[in-house]
Amino acid sequence: MRRFIFLIFGLLLSALAHAAIDPYDFDTDAQRERYRHFIEDMRCPKCQNQNLAGSDAPIAQDLRHELHRLLIEGKDDRQIVDYMVSRYGEFILYNPPFDKKTAILWLAPLGFIVIGGAVLAVVIRRRAKLNTVDAPALSPAEQQRINALLNEAPRASGRKLAKNLGKELGQESGEQRS
Amino acid sequence: MQRFKLFIPLIVFAVLAIFFFVVQKQIGSGDYDPQNMPSALLDKPAPTFSLPDVQSGKVVSSDLIKNKIVLINVWATWCPSCYFEHPYLLTLAQQGVVILGVDYKDEPDKAQAWLREKGDPYIAVLDDRAGTLGLDLGVTGAPETYLVDSTGVVRLRYQGPLDERVWKETFQPLLTQLQNAKSGS
Repeated sequence: MRRFIFLIFGLLLSALAHAAIDPYDFDTDAQRERYRHFIEDMRCPKCQNQNLAGSDAPIAQDLRHELHRLLIEGKDDRQIVDYMVSRYGEFILYNPPFDKKTAILWLAPLGFIVIGGAVLAVVIRRRAKLNTVDAPALSPAEQQRINALLNEAPRASGRKLAKNLGKELGQESGEQRS
Repeated sequence: MQRFKLFIPLIVFAVLAIFFFVVQKQIGSGDYDPQNMPSALLDKPAPTFSLPDVQSGKVVSSDLIKNKIVLINVWATWCPSCYFEHPYLLTLAQQGVVILGVDYKDEPDKAQAWLREKGDPYIAVLDDRAGTLGLDLGVTGAPETYLVDSTGVVRLRYQGPLDERVWKETFQPLLTQLQNAKSGS
């Protein structure tokens, strides 16, 4: 039974594997690693929220084929990126270089952190102010009452208190019966 | 002030609702298509090519469009929008627009049958069954149309089927300008 469940989960996991697996041969493992890196880091021009690795679109297949060809030809990373960008624009890069056009992409998260930090600071400061509002000092009688209440109630939850109270009552009633 | 705070989510919602409504409306009317990407080739030289003609089988090179203002139309028989586009290309060809066809990732015999049945608006149709010219052009699908000026520079790229509205709004003004510049020089 247990094995069966494992099998089912295994099958579920297999759906997470990348949809596109092309049988490409590479001369070295380093090339394979670079290929994997490129297809993970480049966007499919047709289905715009998928990378090349995850897309089954014909254009993604073509581009994977092209990447393989370029790698086998011994092109370096710079040349391959330039090749792709000259055809499909920087849009194809999931990790675009920092320039005027992409500045907002890179800087927006920082901006949000700054805004969030500012809001947090304001909230904290306000809370701190609320806590230090001077309440009128307690009169000796009030202070006494508070102390009495605090001493009376042990550090137990309400339910425990009720239980203890019930026990005491029960004991009392039992005593009465005997 | 405390009261006002309660309304912040509602205000955010209203702003987003208006924003999405406008975007959706523009998509509906065809003014905005999130799939459309600026071409990396814009204002750059069009790629050179040397591919066989679908019909004659003779190799056609980039010399064919040298010193000409030309439309490069990427199409295929597997492309549904190309059916809608084809009649308008015939109209354009009749008006004297030079159109070079690129039969993108397609089977030549199907393309031949298509041209026989529907008419041939092209000065030549390149057989790009491997999609290499498509790749050089940065094509993401078919149909796509490029306007190349007489110096061989890509001036415009349009993704999707051409029709009269698109032609009048985007192609015609630029084409007239290019033609005037050419005859003036």
